[in-house]
Amino acid sequence: MITNRIVHSDINLSKEDFVSDQMVKWCPGCGAHAVLKAVENVFPEIGYKKENFVFVSGIGCSSRFPYYVNTYGFHGIHGRAMAIATGVKLSNPGLSVWIATGDGDSMAIGGNHFIHIIRRNLDVNILLFNNQIYGLTKGQYSPTTPIGSITKTSPNGTIEHPFVTAGLVMGAQGTFFARVLDNDIKMMTAVMHEAAKHDGTSVIEILQNCIIFADKTHRQVTDKEVRDDYQLHLKHGEPMLYGKNNEKGIQIKGTKLQGVVVGLNGVTIDDILIHDQYEKNPGVHRMLGKMGPPDLPVALGVIRSAEFETYDDMVEVQIDSVKERSKIKCVDDLLNSGETFDVD
Amino acid sequence: MSTKEIIKEKESIVIKFVGDSGDGMQLAGTLFSDTAAVQGNDLFTFPDYPAEIRAPHNTLAGVSGFQVQIGKEKIFFSGDMCDILVAMNPASLKTNLKWVKKGGTIIVDVDTFDEKALEKSGYRANPLEDGSLDNYRVISSPISSMTRDSLSRFRINSRTAGRSRNMFALGIVTYLLSQDQETTFKFIDRKFKNNTEVQEINKTALSAGYNFAETIEAVAPTYRVPGATLKKGRYRNISGNVATAWGLLAASERSGRPLFLGSYPITPATEILMEMTNNKALGAKVFQAEDEIAGICSAIGASFAGSLATTTTSGPGLSLKSEAIGLAVMTELPLVIVNVQRAGPSTGMPTKSEQSDLLQALYGRNGECPAIVMSASTPANCFYYAYEAAKLSLEHMTPVILLTDGYLGNGSELFRIPSVEDLPPINPPMAAPNDESYRPYKRDKETLSRQWAIPGIEGLRHRIGGLEKTDIYGAVTTDPQNHELMVKIREEKVMKVAEKIPLQKIHGDTTGDLLVVSWGGTEGSIKTAIREMQREGKKIGHAHFNHLMPLPANTEAILGSYKRVVVCELNNGQFVKYLRSEFPGIRYLQYNKIQGLPFFTGELIEKFNQLIEDISHDN
Repeated sequence: MITNRIVHSDINLSKEDFVSDQMVKWCPGCGAHAVLKAVENVFPEIGYKKENFVFVSGIGCSSRFPYYVNTYGFHGIHGRAMAIATGVKLSNPGLSVWIATGDGDSMAIGGNHFIHIIRRNLDVNILLFNNQIYGLTKGQYSPTTPIGSITKTSPNGTIEHPFVTAGLVMGAQGTFFARVLDNDIKMMTAVMHEAAKHDGTSVIEILQNCIIFADKTHRQVTDKEVRDDYQLHLKHGEPMLYGKNNEKGIQIKGTKLQGVVVGLNGVTIDDILIHDQYEKNPGVHRMLGKMGPPDLPVALGVIRSAEFETYDDMVEVQIDSVKERSKIKCVDDLLNSGETFDVD
Repeated sequence: MSTKEIIKEKESIVIKFVGDSGDGMQLAGTLFSDTAAVQGNDLFTFPDYPAEIRAPHNTLAGVSGFQVQIGKEKIFFSGDMCDILVAMNPASLKTNLKWVKKGGTIIVDVDTFDEKALEKSGYRANPLEDGSLDNYRVISSPISSMTRDSLSRFRINSRTAGRSRNMFALGIVTYLLSQDQETTFKFIDRKFKNNTEVQEINKTALSAGYNFAETIEAVAPTYRVPGATLKKGRYRNISGNVATAWGLLAASERSGRPLFLGSYPITPATEILMEMTNNKALGAKVFQAEDEIAGICSAIGASFAGSLATTTTSGPGLSLKSEAIGLAVMTELPLVIVNVQRAGPSTGMPTKSEQSDLLQALYGRNGECPAIVMSASTPANCFYYAYEAAKLSLEHMTPVILLTDGYLGNGSELFRIPSVEDLPPINPPMAAPNDESYRPYKRDKETLSRQWAIPGIEGLRHRIGGLEKTDIYGAVTTDPQNHELMVKIREEKVMKVAEKIPLQKIHGDTTGDLLVVSWGGTEGSIKTAIREMQREGKKIGHAHFNHLMPLPANTEAILGSYKRVVVCELNNGQFVKYLRSEFPGIRYLQYNKIQGLPFFTGELIEKFNQLIEDISHDN
């Protein structure tokens, strides 16, 4: 049993409680604006006391986030948001800790902290803005830039294999992973609410457009002409259907997922996989996380939300049990413990 | 000949246990020291072990040692040359013979001096037979075989029995030092509290060694060190690393701020991390991070959230933490960074001590980035300096770097146990809930520290970070005048700490020929040398610094009060370089040793005498 130690607000909060008075300096048309809107929407709904929300970030465009929302905020150094947030949450488990980070911040310079916070399953929420580019330094390739991309540091095309965020998160034993598009505030809000409810490290990957340096980078998924066939909106307990009229579905065959058309070749609705986001075994979640064009759609929504013990809760439980058993109740007891002798 | 006639009474005595790694020298040394302490001796210990966990058997690289000085008067360091050397194999004799006083006693296990072991340690002839030990009193005993014989009643194989040879050797020393076996037995019982057979085996071997020494009493003189004249109080033996952990815990309790330690294992600082994990009962939250950077960054997060945040490391780890120290300077959050220095650069000599991170601590960050820097100077005073580091950090809202070193961290001495209520109070500048006048960078007029507003507290939501902020309000800005103002304020805030720290003391006359200046872990050996010279009437003084940034307010006046100043350091001259830049009008001499070894009193006295002579010729 995991204990949530965050105290709720005894008054109803509204969006205005979280709107900051600072000028938001992201480029007009940047996908980050929508994330800010979703956060302002969802924090009153989550309902914790407004002083119990903390935003922590690293460096990059997305990491300016703490300045633009009215919570306690800490703008850290490049790649270290996860480590800073770890200290915040362990120091006070009564805080709802949110991390704003980017693909470079979390998976290049901060890769080590990213995998370890996930492995420990610390109860924090990570908003990972994936625009597949270094925006703040003006257009160099990142660890998620598609192979072959022309950027400021890859004039002849990148020759690096990119990370698939979901693969990295679940490889690091992630307990919660969701993926959303930056233009779908409704899904973003719903997913953030689920992340807040999840005990453990929640990673929300936001497929974000950088209008200046990587415009339409996610067009394979977002373009009007292809989006029905390349977006799978997951709902727990429902069959995985997609396509303009929900005529397509995901079936498991052997060790692979495949796209099928219901009613064709004898496929019925009963052959389509039912989404179970709470399943502890990550097998299907991993496959869902990694699937994408050209053969399959990209899975959106909550892919995985499995319950495992959280690090911060175990820290508290362990301290409480040691305190109860120990004869040492204060530093004076400690100083005088063990072998001592008196000189008269 | 009666035993009484050959007892030598000594003011202090230095004993070194050496052997192969795994021969149990650390245990023998620890048991000996604990027994000496209980019998009322003051003491100072230093373990000297190789970096390898188990280097090849019987090689020079595998020699592990434990040195202890016990005495009647206050003991300031672990001593230079030893009166008694216990050498368990040829390699350990070979590497340590140079540390034995002429006429000193050497106890060797003759069973180990076979051809193969002699060859492995580079001996062409057996030193026990070729006369090379003629200047020493050698107790050459078949320790291995006698240990096995003494344990024949236990149902253990000879290999297992052989492991207790350290206890047999300790038994010999126990006899030579006129120590009480029963006291040592109590420590053995405690050490092996879950295994009565192991307790019995070790006690039996120890008694056998004791009885053996008694039987051959005519071979060497026995020593007796009378009980020390210690100040009234309760005492314990403590290492610098444990004292550091406890000092931080005391500061946490006294300030009411919960303790957080974010740290990554690194020699020789790991013991602080380990010790802290033993203190969850006091609410200490200890986070073993994935790397050095996460260690300090988690501490910064914990500090933002209201903890007394600490991180512990050694040289290379301090390098990795540099950027994050800058973040703590910029966000003006309290943070204690403990650096247990070791010989560098790079990986250097991890198990050997040095004072070569001073300049890194003072200057090793990007931007204008001042932090308080201070140092402990004995294993026991690590407690007080860790406490003071936390107090200054919390009250002045700034990171503090506390420098100790491997010699202090691993060394131990007697510690007079204080009462927490007698320690100075710690009052961090907490912001009051719903204080509408709260601004993130509004400052206290006296200390210039900003207020600490902790997440979760009503009515104080604000944002801080590594970007330059406007004075008072804390908005992000690149305003030119504001940046210059903030740089100056951050510096002045640290310099003002000089008003809160004690004035620098001189041990000796206030004026004279030669002032010896030192800092950090060298205090004991230098103090011992100076006392000896002062007893001989030399006009020499000693100023040992613990506060390095800022320096005590009277530093320049003190340095100017002697004809010459010699700065002694275990590095290539870092403190003297700093003093030269701060106070260029003084004539500095320097004395440096960079061998991974402490200063020895003998070499210090020789150097100081020579300098005094030079000064008299100058006049």
